[in-house]
Amino acid sequence: MAETSTQAAAQYNYDIVRKFTIMAMVWGVLGMSVGVYIASELAWPFLNFDIPGLTFGRLRPVHTTLVIFGFGGSALFATSYYIVQRTCQVRLYSGAMANFTFWGWQTAITLAIISYFFGYTQGREYAEMTWPIDLLITVTWVAYLVIYVQTLRRRSQPHIYVANWFFISFILATALLHIFNNWAMPVNLFSLTSYSYHAGVQDAMIQWWYGHNAVGFFLTAAFLGMMYYFVPKQAGRPVYSYRLSIVHFWALSFMYMWVGTHHLHWTAIPDWTSTLAATFSIMLLMPSWGGMINGIMTLSGAWDKLRTDPIMLFMITALSFYGMSTFEGPLMSLKSVNALSHYTDWTIGHVHSGALGWVAMISFGSIYHMLPRLYDTKLFSLKLVYVHFWLATIGIVLYISALWVAGIGQGLMLRAFDDYGNLAYTFIESVSFLYLPYVVRAIGGLFFVIGAIIMAYNLYMTVRQAKRDQAEIDAKLAAKMA
Amino acid sequence: MNEFFMWFTRPENSKLFVLLLFFTVYGLILLYVFTGKKRSSRLESYKNIPFEEGDETAPQSKENEQ
Repeated sequence: MAETSTQAAAQYNYDIVRKFTIMAMVWGVLGMSVGVYIASELAWPFLNFDIPGLTFGRLRPVHTTLVIFGFGGSALFATSYYIVQRTCQVRLYSGAMANFTFWGWQTAITLAIISYFFGYTQGREYAEMTWPIDLLITVTWVAYLVIYVQTLRRRSQPHIYVANWFFISFILATALLHIFNNWAMPVNLFSLTSYSYHAGVQDAMIQWWYGHNAVGFFLTAAFLGMMYYFVPKQAGRPVYSYRLSIVHFWALSFMYMWVGTHHLHWTAIPDWTSTLAATFSIMLLMPSWGGMINGIMTLSGAWDKLRTDPIMLFMITALSFYGMSTFEGPLMSLKSVNALSHYTDWTIGHVHSGALGWVAMISFGSIYHMLPRLYDTKLFSLKLVYVHFWLATIGIVLYISALWVAGIGQGLMLRAFDDYGNLAYTFIESVSFLYLPYVVRAIGGLFFVIGAIIMAYNLYMTVRQAKRDQAEIDAKLAAKMA
Repeated sequence: MNEFFMWFTRPENSKLFVLLLFFTVYGLILLYVFTGKKRSSRLESYKNIPFEEGDETAPQSKENEQ
Protein backbone atom coordinates (compact mmCIF):
# COMPACT_ATOMS: atom_id res chain seq x y z
CA MET A 1 0.00 0.00 0.00
CA ALA A 2 2.82 2.38 0.96
CA GLU A 3 4.32 1.88 -2.46
CA THR A 4 1.08 2.65 -4.32
CA SER A 5 0.43 5.69 -2.11
CA THR A 6 3.91 7.00 -2.80
CA GLN A 7 3.23 6.55 -6.50
CA ALA A 8 -0.05 8.44 -6.09
CA ALA A 9 1.76 11.26 -4.29
CA ALA A 10 4.17 11.53 -7.19
CA GLN A 11 1.44 11.27 -9.84
CA TYR A 12 -0.93 13.81 -8.30
CA ASN A 13 -0.49 17.33 -6.96
CA TYR A 14 -1.05 16.63 -3.26
CA ASP A 15 0.88 19.68 -2.10
CA ILE A 16 -2.00 22.06 -2.92
CA VAL A 17 -4.51 19.70 -1.27
CA ARG A 18 -2.40 19.62 1.91
CA LYS A 19 -2.16 23.41 2.06
CA PHE A 20 -5.91 23.93 1.69
CA THR A 21 -6.64 21.17 4.24
CA ILE A 22 -4.39 22.77 6.85
CA MET A 23 -5.93 26.20 6.28
CA ALA A 24 -9.44 24.72 6.48
CA MET A 25 -8.61 23.53 10.00
CA VAL A 26 -6.97 26.83 10.99
CA TRP A 27 -9.94 28.91 9.81
CA GLY A 28 -12.39 26.32 11.19
CA VAL A 29 -11.05 26.48 14.75
CA LEU A 30 -10.77 30.30 14.62
CA GLY A 31 -14.21 30.83 13.06
CA MET A 32 -16.00 28.42 15.40
CA SER A 33 -14.27 30.04 18.41
CA VAL A 34 -15.49 33.46 17.30
CA GLY A 35 -18.96 31.89 16.97
CA VAL A 36 -18.87 30.70 20.58
CA TYR A 37 -17.67 34.14 21.69
CA ILE A 38 -20.52 36.01 20.00
CA ALA A 39 -23.03 33.41 21.21
CA SER A 40 -21.70 34.12 24.73
CA GLU A 41 -22.05 37.88 24.13
CA LEU A 42 -25.77 37.36 23.55
CA ALA A 43 -26.09 35.57 26.89
CA TRP A 44 -23.61 37.78 28.77
CA PRO A 45 -23.47 41.19 27.06
CA PHE A 46 -20.60 42.45 29.29
CA LEU A 47 -18.32 40.47 26.94
CA ASN A 48 -18.58 43.40 24.51
CA PHE A 49 -16.22 45.28 26.88
CA ASP A 50 -17.40 48.48 25.15
CA ILE A 51 -14.90 47.84 22.36
CA PRO A 52 -16.52 48.42 18.93
CA GLY A 53 -14.39 45.76 17.24
CA LEU A 54 -15.65 43.12 19.70
CA THR A 55 -19.36 43.84 19.37
CA PHE A 56 -21.75 41.28 17.89
CA GLY A 57 -22.31 43.38 14.75
CA ARG A 58 -18.59 43.43 13.88
CA LEU A 59 -17.77 39.87 14.92
CA ARG A 60 -20.79 38.14 13.37
CA PRO A 61 -19.53 38.53 9.77
CA VAL A 62 -16.06 37.52 10.99
CA HIS A 63 -17.62 34.27 12.25
CA THR A 64 -19.71 33.59 9.12
CA THR A 65 -16.90 34.47 6.71
CA LEU A 66 -14.37 32.32 8.56
CA VAL A 67 -16.58 29.26 8.83
CA ILE A 68 -18.30 29.42 5.42
CA PHE A 69 -15.51 30.70 3.19
CA GLY A 70 -12.43 30.06 5.33
CA PHE A 71 -13.24 26.59 6.65
CA GLY A 72 -15.88 25.45 4.14
CA GLY A 73 -14.24 27.08 1.12
CA SER A 74 -10.76 25.76 1.89
CA ALA A 75 -12.16 22.28 2.58
CA LEU A 76 -13.92 22.41 -0.79
CA PHE A 77 -10.81 23.54 -2.65
CA ALA A 78 -8.85 20.73 -0.96
CA THR A 79 -11.34 17.94 -1.55
CA SER A 80 -12.30 19.02 -5.08
CA TYR A 81 -8.62 19.15 -6.13
CA TYR A 82 -8.14 15.71 -4.55
CA ILE A 83 -11.25 14.15 -6.08
CA VAL A 84 -10.84 15.54 -9.59
CA GLN A 85 -7.29 14.19 -9.81
CA ARG A 86 -8.12 10.76 -8.48
CA THR A 87 -11.39 10.19 -10.35
CA CYS A 88 -9.89 11.49 -13.62
CA GLN A 89 -6.57 9.74 -12.92
CA VAL A 90 -4.62 12.75 -14.08
CA ARG A 91 -2.47 15.39 -12.39
CA LEU A 92 -4.08 18.74 -11.56
CA TYR A 93 -3.72 21.31 -14.32
CA SER A 94 -1.10 24.03 -13.68
CA GLY A 95 0.51 23.92 -10.24
CA ALA A 96 1.21 27.66 -10.47
CA MET A 97 -2.45 28.51 -11.01
CA ALA A 98 -3.45 26.18 -8.19
CA ASN A 99 -1.02 28.03 -5.90
CA PHE A 100 -2.54 31.29 -7.08
CA THR A 101 -6.01 30.08 -6.02
CA PHE A 102 -4.56 29.19 -2.61
CA TRP A 103 -2.96 32.56 -1.97
CA GLY A 104 -5.84 34.49 -3.58
CA TRP A 105 -8.41 32.75 -1.40
CA GLN A 106 -6.44 33.03 1.86
CA THR A 107 -5.65 36.70 1.20
CA ALA A 108 -9.33 37.45 0.54
CA ILE A 109 -10.38 35.78 3.83
CA THR A 110 -7.66 37.59 5.81
CA LEU A 111 -8.46 41.01 4.32
CA ALA A 112 -12.19 40.45 4.86
CA ILE A 113 -11.92 39.73 8.57
CA ILE A 114 -9.55 42.66 9.13
CA SER A 115 -11.96 44.99 7.30
CA TYR A 116 -14.94 43.80 9.41
CA PHE A 117 -13.06 44.58 12.63
CA PHE A 118 -12.76 48.16 11.40
CA GLY A 119 -16.41 48.29 10.36
CA TYR A 120 -16.00 48.07 6.57
CA THR A 121 -18.82 45.97 5.13
CA GLN A 122 -21.26 46.00 2.22
CA GLY A 123 -24.03 45.13 4.66
CA ARG A 124 -25.11 42.15 2.55
CA GLU A 125 -25.46 38.90 4.46
CA TYR A 126 -22.71 36.39 3.58
CA ALA A 127 -21.43 38.94 1.01
CA GLU A 128 -20.07 41.54 3.42
CA MET A 129 -16.70 41.79 1.67
CA THR A 130 -15.94 45.21 0.18
CA TRP A 131 -15.49 45.67 -3.57
CA PRO A 132 -11.66 45.28 -3.86
CA ILE A 133 -11.92 41.93 -2.03
CA ASP A 134 -14.81 40.96 -4.32
CA LEU A 135 -12.56 41.60 -7.32
CA LEU A 136 -9.79 39.44 -5.85
CA ILE A 137 -12.31 36.64 -5.27
CA THR A 138 -13.55 36.92 -8.87
CA VAL A 139 -10.05 36.50 -10.32
CA THR A 140 -9.29 33.61 -7.94
CA TRP A 141 -12.57 31.91 -8.81
CA VAL A 142 -11.98 32.17 -12.56
CA ALA A 143 -8.57 30.54 -12.06
CA TYR A 144 -10.31 27.77 -10.05
CA LEU A 145 -12.77 27.16 -12.92
CA VAL A 146 -9.97 27.06 -15.51
CA ILE A 147 -7.97 24.56 -13.42
CA TYR A 148 -11.00 22.35 -12.88
CA VAL A 149 -12.18 22.35 -16.49
CA GLN A 150 -8.67 21.81 -17.87
CA THR A 151 -8.08 18.91 -15.49
CA LEU A 152 -11.37 17.34 -16.57
CA ARG A 153 -10.45 17.81 -20.23
CA ARG A 154 -7.14 15.98 -19.73
CA ARG A 155 -8.69 13.03 -17.84
CA SER A 156 -7.66 9.40 -18.46
CA GLN A 157 -11.05 8.11 -17.31
CA PRO A 158 -13.65 8.40 -20.15
CA HIS A 159 -16.58 9.22 -17.83
CA ILE A 160 -16.69 12.24 -15.51
CA TYR A 161 -17.62 10.87 -12.07
CA VAL A 162 -20.74 12.45 -10.55
CA ALA A 163 -18.86 14.16 -7.69
CA ASN A 164 -17.19 16.35 -10.31
CA TRP A 165 -20.58 17.36 -11.73
CA PHE A 166 -21.54 18.71 -8.34
CA PHE A 167 -18.24 20.58 -8.05
CA ILE A 168 -18.54 22.12 -11.52
CA SER A 169 -22.11 23.18 -10.80
CA PHE A 170 -20.92 24.75 -7.52
CA ILE A 171 -18.10 26.64 -9.25
CA LEU A 172 -20.34 27.98 -12.05
CA ALA A 173 -23.27 28.91 -9.81
CA THR A 174 -21.02 30.61 -7.25
CA ALA A 175 -19.40 32.68 -10.02
CA LEU A 176 -22.82 33.86 -11.22
CA LEU A 177 -24.08 34.61 -7.73
CA HIS A 178 -20.93 36.43 -6.67
CA ILE A 179 -20.82 38.69 -9.72
CA PHE A 180 -24.49 39.69 -9.81
CA ASN A 181 -24.89 40.17 -6.06
CA ASN A 182 -21.74 42.27 -5.74
CA TRP A 183 -22.44 44.43 -8.81
CA ALA A 184 -21.64 47.82 -7.24
CA MET A 185 -20.28 51.29 -7.93
CA PRO A 186 -17.43 52.37 -5.61
CA VAL A 187 -17.80 55.84 -4.08
CA ASN A 188 -14.34 56.54 -5.50
CA LEU A 189 -11.28 54.51 -6.44
CA PHE A 190 -9.66 54.99 -3.03
CA SER A 191 -12.74 54.24 -0.96
CA LEU A 192 -13.80 50.86 0.37
CA THR A 193 -17.48 51.84 0.29
CA SER A 194 -19.76 51.39 -2.70
CA TYR A 195 -23.39 51.60 -3.84
CA SER A 196 -25.26 48.51 -4.99
CA TYR A 197 -26.25 48.58 -8.66
CA HIS A 198 -29.72 47.29 -7.74
CA ALA A 199 -32.22 49.15 -5.57
CA GLY A 200 -35.10 48.53 -3.18
CA VAL A 201 -37.07 45.32 -3.54
CA GLN A 202 -34.95 44.17 -6.49
CA ASP A 203 -31.82 44.59 -4.40
CA ALA A 204 -33.38 42.49 -1.62
CA MET A 205 -34.43 39.80 -4.10
CA ILE A 206 -30.98 39.69 -5.71
CA GLN A 207 -29.40 39.46 -2.23
CA TRP A 208 -31.57 36.49 -1.25
CA TRP A 209 -31.23 34.87 -4.64
CA TYR A 210 -27.53 34.99 -3.76
CA GLY A 211 -28.00 34.13 -0.09
CA HIS A 212 -30.06 31.01 -0.57
CA ASN A 213 -28.07 29.75 -3.53
CA ALA A 214 -24.90 30.22 -1.50
CA VAL A 215 -26.57 27.64 0.75
CA GLY A 216 -27.72 25.62 -2.26
CA PHE A 217 -24.58 25.50 -4.34
CA PHE A 218 -21.75 26.38 -1.94
CA LEU A 219 -22.97 24.61 1.20
CA THR A 220 -25.02 21.82 -0.41
CA ALA A 221 -24.06 20.89 -3.98
CA ALA A 222 -20.32 21.12 -3.35
CA PHE A 223 -20.48 19.13 -0.12
CA LEU A 224 -22.61 16.54 -1.92
CA GLY A 225 -19.68 16.23 -4.34
CA MET A 226 -17.55 15.48 -1.28
CA MET A 227 -20.15 12.98 -0.06
CA TYR A 228 -20.42 11.11 -3.39
CA TYR A 229 -16.70 10.41 -3.32
CA PHE A 230 -15.74 9.98 0.33
CA VAL A 231 -18.76 7.98 1.60
CA PRO A 232 -18.22 5.16 -0.95
CA LYS A 233 -14.44 5.26 -0.36
CA GLN A 234 -14.75 5.07 3.41
CA ALA A 235 -17.48 2.41 3.21
CA GLY A 236 -15.39 0.42 0.72
CA ARG A 237 -18.38 -0.04 -1.56
CA PRO A 238 -19.79 1.97 -4.49
CA VAL A 239 -22.63 4.46 -4.13
CA TYR A 240 -26.06 2.80 -3.79
CA SER A 241 -27.45 4.03 -7.13
CA TYR A 242 -25.50 5.97 -9.73
CA ARG A 243 -28.69 6.74 -11.68
CA LEU A 244 -30.25 8.24 -8.56
CA SER A 245 -27.17 10.46 -8.18
CA ILE A 246 -27.72 11.78 -11.73
CA VAL A 247 -31.37 12.58 -11.02
CA HIS A 248 -30.33 14.10 -7.69
CA PHE A 249 -27.87 16.38 -9.46
CA TRP A 250 -30.26 17.67 -12.14
CA ALA A 251 -33.19 18.10 -9.77
CA LEU A 252 -31.09 20.16 -7.35
CA SER A 253 -29.68 22.26 -10.18
CA PHE A 254 -33.14 22.97 -11.62
CA MET A 255 -34.90 23.73 -8.37
CA TYR A 256 -32.50 25.57 -6.08
CA MET A 257 -32.28 28.74 -8.17
CA TRP A 258 -35.99 29.54 -7.61
CA VAL A 259 -36.28 29.43 -3.84
CA GLY A 260 -34.30 32.43 -2.52
CA THR A 261 -37.33 34.66 -2.16
CA HIS A 262 -38.69 32.54 0.71
CA HIS A 263 -36.29 34.61 2.85
CA LEU A 264 -38.49 37.64 2.12
CA HIS A 265 -42.00 36.34 2.92
CA TRP A 266 -44.42 38.98 4.20
CA THR A 267 -42.39 41.89 2.86
CA ALA A 268 -42.93 44.24 -0.12
CA ILE A 269 -42.01 41.62 -2.75
CA PRO A 270 -44.65 40.55 -5.34
CA ASP A 271 -46.85 37.84 -3.85
CA TRP A 272 -46.32 35.41 -6.73
CA THR A 273 -42.55 35.34 -6.10
CA SER A 274 -43.24 34.35 -2.51
CA THR A 275 -45.58 31.52 -3.57
CA LEU A 276 -43.18 30.35 -6.28
CA ALA A 277 -40.29 30.21 -3.80
CA ALA A 278 -42.37 28.25 -1.25
CA THR A 279 -43.58 25.81 -3.94
CA PHE A 280 -40.06 25.07 -5.19
CA SER A 281 -38.81 24.77 -1.61
CA ILE A 282 -41.34 22.01 -0.95
CA MET A 283 -40.41 20.31 -4.23
CA LEU A 284 -36.74 20.38 -3.21
CA LEU A 285 -37.53 17.92 -0.46
CA MET A 286 -37.65 15.11 -3.05
CA PRO A 287 -34.15 15.42 -4.53
CA SER A 288 -32.66 16.28 -1.14
CA TRP A 289 -34.05 13.14 0.44
CA GLY A 290 -33.23 11.12 -2.68
CA GLY A 291 -29.59 12.14 -2.26
CA MET A 292 -29.62 11.49 1.46
CA ILE A 293 -31.10 8.00 0.97
CA ASN A 294 -28.55 7.33 -1.79
CA GLY A 295 -25.72 8.23 0.59
CA ILE A 296 -27.05 6.30 3.58
CA MET A 297 -27.99 3.21 1.53
CA THR A 298 -24.39 3.03 0.31
CA LEU A 299 -23.78 1.40 3.67
CA SER A 300 -26.52 -1.18 3.01
CA GLY A 301 -25.21 -4.61 3.99
CA ALA A 302 -22.27 -3.11 5.89
CA TRP A 303 -23.95 -1.36 8.78
CA ASP A 304 -21.54 -3.06 11.16
CA LYS A 305 -18.92 -0.53 10.01
CA LEU A 306 -20.69 2.01 12.21
CA ARG A 307 -19.57 -0.02 15.23
CA THR A 308 -15.91 0.10 14.35
CA ASP A 309 -15.33 3.14 12.19
CA PRO A 310 -15.80 6.62 13.71
CA ILE A 311 -15.10 8.28 10.34
CA MET A 312 -18.12 6.48 8.92
CA LEU A 313 -20.09 7.70 11.94
CA PHE A 314 -19.23 11.28 10.98
CA MET A 315 -20.42 10.73 7.42
CA ILE A 316 -23.67 8.93 8.21
CA THR A 317 -24.54 11.46 10.93
CA ALA A 318 -23.81 14.24 8.43
CA LEU A 319 -26.26 12.65 5.97
CA SER A 320 -28.87 12.32 8.72
CA PHE A 321 -28.52 16.03 9.53
CA TYR A 322 -28.69 16.79 5.80
CA GLY A 323 -32.02 14.95 5.69
CA MET A 324 -33.27 16.69 8.80
CA SER A 325 -32.35 20.21 7.78
CA THR A 326 -33.69 19.72 4.24
CA PHE A 327 -36.99 18.73 5.82
CA GLU A 328 -36.98 21.66 8.22
CA GLY A 329 -36.09 24.18 5.47
CA PRO A 330 -39.14 23.51 3.24
CA LEU A 331 -41.32 23.49 6.37
CA MET A 332 -40.04 26.96 7.33
CA SER A 333 -40.51 28.21 3.77
CA LEU A 334 -44.29 27.84 4.04
CA LYS A 335 -45.73 31.31 4.50
CA SER A 336 -47.79 30.35 7.53
CA VAL A 337 -44.86 28.71 9.34
CA ASN A 338 -42.55 31.53 8.28
CA ALA A 339 -44.88 34.06 9.90
CA LEU A 340 -43.92 32.44 13.21
CA SER A 341 -40.32 31.47 12.54
CA HIS A 342 -38.95 34.51 10.70
CA TYR A 343 -37.01 37.07 12.77
CA THR A 344 -36.58 34.47 15.52
CA ASP A 345 -33.74 32.19 16.61
CA TRP A 346 -35.41 29.18 14.99
CA THR A 347 -33.77 30.36 11.75
CA ILE A 348 -30.33 30.42 13.41
CA GLY A 349 -30.93 26.92 14.79
CA HIS A 350 -31.97 25.67 11.34
CA VAL A 351 -28.87 27.15 9.70
CA HIS A 352 -26.62 25.49 12.27
CA SER A 353 -28.26 22.08 11.96
CA GLY A 354 -27.22 22.32 8.29
CA ALA A 355 -23.89 24.05 8.83
CA LEU A 356 -22.63 22.03 11.81
CA GLY A 357 -24.59 18.81 11.25
CA TRP A 358 -24.15 18.50 7.51
CA VAL A 359 -21.35 20.75 6.24
CA ALA A 360 -18.91 20.49 9.12
CA MET A 361 -19.52 16.79 9.88
CA ILE A 362 -19.09 15.66 6.24
CA SER A 363 -15.95 17.85 6.01
CA PHE A 364 -14.52 16.36 9.20
CA GLY A 365 -15.20 12.83 7.94
CA SER A 366 -13.67 13.58 4.55
CA ILE A 367 -10.56 15.22 6.02
CA TYR A 368 -10.05 12.28 8.42
CA HIS A 369 -10.21 9.97 5.40
CA MET A 370 -8.01 12.10 3.15
CA LEU A 371 -5.21 13.45 5.34
CA PRO A 372 -3.47 10.13 6.14
CA ARG A 373 -3.45 9.36 2.41
CA LEU A 374 -1.99 12.76 1.60
CA TYR A 375 0.93 12.12 3.94
CA ASP A 376 1.17 8.40 3.23
CA THR A 377 0.68 7.52 6.88
CA LYS A 378 -1.94 6.43 9.40
CA LEU A 379 -4.16 8.56 11.57
CA PHE A 380 -2.51 9.33 14.93
CA SER A 381 -5.50 8.24 17.04
CA LEU A 382 -8.90 6.73 16.23
CA LYS A 383 -9.94 7.14 19.87
CA LEU A 384 -9.63 10.89 19.52
CA VAL A 385 -11.89 10.69 16.43
CA TYR A 386 -14.52 9.02 18.64
CA VAL A 387 -14.11 11.74 21.27
CA HIS A 388 -14.47 14.39 18.56
CA PHE A 389 -17.55 12.69 17.12
CA TRP A 390 -19.42 12.59 20.43
CA LEU A 391 -18.46 16.15 21.41
CA ALA A 392 -19.63 17.41 18.01
CA THR A 393 -22.89 15.44 18.05
CA ILE A 394 -23.84 16.38 21.61
CA GLY A 395 -22.86 19.99 20.85
CA ILE A 396 -25.15 20.16 17.81
CA VAL A 397 -28.08 18.59 19.62
CA LEU A 398 -27.73 21.08 22.51
CA TYR A 399 -27.39 23.94 20.04
CA ILE A 400 -30.41 23.23 17.86
CA SER A 401 -32.70 22.13 20.69
CA ALA A 402 -31.95 25.35 22.58
CA LEU A 403 -32.71 27.45 19.52
CA TRP A 404 -35.94 25.58 18.75
CA VAL A 405 -37.09 26.50 22.25
CA ALA A 406 -35.78 30.06 21.84
CA GLY A 407 -37.20 30.63 18.36
CA ILE A 408 -40.63 29.04 18.74
CA GLY A 409 -41.07 30.61 22.18
CA GLN A 410 -39.97 34.00 20.88
CA GLY A 411 -42.30 33.74 17.85
CA LEU A 412 -45.28 32.79 20.03
CA MET A 413 -44.58 35.62 22.48
CA LEU A 414 -44.28 38.25 19.75
CA ARG A 415 -47.64 37.32 18.20
CA ALA A 416 -49.64 36.75 21.43
CA PHE A 417 -52.58 39.08 22.12
CA ASP A 418 -54.77 39.52 25.17
CA ASP A 419 -58.58 39.65 25.12
CA TYR A 420 -58.51 43.35 24.27
CA GLY A 421 -56.22 43.01 21.25
CA ASN A 422 -53.12 44.36 23.02
CA LEU A 423 -49.76 42.59 22.76
CA ALA A 424 -49.57 40.10 25.60
CA TYR A 425 -45.82 40.53 26.12
CA THR A 426 -43.43 43.47 25.92
CA PHE A 427 -40.38 43.05 23.69
CA ILE A 428 -38.05 42.97 26.70
CA GLU A 429 -39.99 40.02 28.12
CA SER A 430 -39.19 38.05 24.96
CA VAL A 431 -35.51 39.03 25.37
CA SER A 432 -35.44 37.85 29.02
CA PHE A 433 -37.02 34.56 27.95
CA LEU A 434 -34.07 33.96 25.59
CA TYR A 435 -31.41 34.01 28.32
CA LEU A 436 -31.45 30.31 29.26
CA PRO A 437 -31.60 28.98 25.66
CA TYR A 438 -28.71 31.32 24.79
CA VAL A 439 -26.60 29.88 27.62
CA VAL A 440 -27.33 26.31 26.45
CA ARG A 441 -26.56 27.31 22.85
CA ALA A 442 -23.18 28.74 23.89
CA ILE A 443 -22.38 25.51 25.78
CA GLY A 444 -23.36 23.44 22.72
CA GLY A 445 -21.10 25.57 20.53
CA LEU A 446 -18.28 25.17 23.04
CA PHE A 447 -18.60 21.37 22.82
CA PHE A 448 -18.33 21.64 19.04
CA VAL A 449 -15.23 23.86 19.16
CA ILE A 450 -13.47 21.60 21.67
CA GLY A 451 -14.12 18.71 19.26
CA ALA A 452 -12.61 20.71 16.39
CA ILE A 453 -9.53 21.54 18.50
CA ILE A 454 -9.08 17.84 19.30
CA MET A 455 -9.30 17.11 15.57
CA ALA A 456 -6.68 19.77 14.81
CA TYR A 457 -4.38 18.18 17.42
CA ASN A 458 -4.98 14.69 15.98
CA LEU A 459 -4.19 15.91 12.46
CA TYR A 460 -1.10 17.80 13.65
CA MET A 461 0.22 14.66 15.35
CA THR A 462 -0.56 12.64 12.21
CA VAL A 463 1.48 15.00 10.03
CA ARG A 464 4.31 15.11 12.58
CA GLN A 465 4.39 11.32 12.70
CA ALA A 466 4.48 11.18 8.88
CA LYS A 467 7.41 13.57 8.76
CA ARG A 468 9.27 11.62 11.44
CA ASP A 469 8.72 8.35 9.55
CA GLN A 470 9.93 9.95 6.34
CA ALA A 471 13.04 11.30 8.11
CA GLU A 472 13.80 7.78 9.40
CA ILE A 473 13.47 6.31 5.91
CA ASP A 474 15.71 9.04 4.50
CA ALA A 475 18.32 8.41 7.21
CA LYS A 476 18.31 4.65 6.52
CA LEU A 477 18.70 5.28 2.81
CA ALA A 478 21.55 7.70 3.43
CA ALA A 479 23.26 5.11 5.69
CA LYS A 480 22.94 2.45 3.00
CA MET A 481 24.32 4.74 0.34
CA ALA A 482 27.31 5.71 2.52
CA MET B 1 -46.25 32.83 -36.85
CA ASN B 2 -44.70 36.16 -36.00
CA GLU B 3 -47.17 36.48 -33.10
CA PHE B 4 -45.95 33.10 -31.76
CA PHE B 5 -42.34 34.30 -31.56
CA MET B 6 -43.39 37.67 -30.14
CA TRP B 7 -44.94 35.82 -27.20
CA PHE B 8 -41.45 34.79 -26.04
CA THR B 9 -40.21 38.39 -26.07
CA ARG B 10 -42.68 39.53 -23.40
CA PRO B 11 -41.06 39.46 -19.93
CA GLU B 12 -44.27 38.35 -18.19
CA ASN B 13 -44.21 35.11 -20.23
CA SER B 14 -40.67 34.19 -19.18
CA LYS B 15 -41.86 32.41 -16.00
CA LEU B 16 -44.14 30.04 -17.86
CA PHE B 17 -41.65 29.47 -20.66
CA VAL B 18 -38.76 28.65 -18.33
CA LEU B 19 -40.98 26.51 -16.13
CA LEU B 20 -42.14 24.43 -19.10
CA LEU B 21 -38.64 24.24 -20.54
CA PHE B 22 -37.07 23.05 -17.28
CA PHE B 23 -39.77 20.52 -16.53
CA THR B 24 -39.64 19.10 -20.05
CA VAL B 25 -35.86 18.77 -19.94
CA TYR B 26 -36.03 17.25 -16.48
CA GLY B 27 -38.67 14.75 -17.66
CA LEU B 28 -36.45 13.80 -20.59
CA ILE B 29 -33.49 13.29 -18.22
CA LEU B 30 -35.64 10.97 -16.07
CA LEU B 31 -36.63 8.97 -19.14
CA TYR B 32 -33.03 8.80 -20.34
CA VAL B 33 -31.69 7.66 -16.98
CA PHE B 34 -34.31 5.04 -16.14
CA THR B 35 -35.06 3.44 -19.51
CA GLY B 36 -33.03 0.95 -21.54
CA LYS B 37 -31.38 -2.04 -19.88
CA LYS B 38 -28.01 -1.53 -21.55
CA ARG B 39 -27.92 2.17 -20.74
CA SER B 40 -28.93 1.50 -17.14
CA SER B 41 -26.15 -1.00 -16.59
CA ARG B 42 -23.63 1.30 -18.33
CA LEU B 43 -24.63 4.20 -16.08
CA GLU B 44 -24.47 2.02 -12.97
CA SER B 45 -21.00 0.80 -13.93
CA TYR B 46 -19.66 4.35 -13.41
CA LYS B 47 -20.21 4.01 -9.67
CA ASN B 48 -16.98 1.98 -9.53
CA ILE B 49 -14.76 4.84 -10.73
CA PRO B 50 -13.55 5.75 -7.21
CA PHE B 51 -12.32 2.14 -6.88
CA GLU B 52 -10.24 2.14 -10.03
CA GLU B 53 -7.49 4.26 -8.53
CA GLY B 54 -5.18 1.43 -7.49
CA ASP B 55 -4.27 2.30 -3.88
CA GLU B 56 -7.09 1.05 -1.71
CA THR B 57 -7.77 0.35 1.96
CA ALA B 58 -5.27 2.19 4.08
CA PRO B 59 -5.24 1.01 7.70
CA GLN B 60 -6.87 3.82 9.63
CA SER B 61 -4.70 4.27 12.68
CA LYS B 62 -1.67 3.05 14.56
CA GLU B 63 -4.05 1.81 17.26
CA ASN B 64 -5.60 -0.60 14.70
CA GLU B 65 -2.29 -2.36 14.27
CA GLN B 66 -1.80 -3.07 17.95
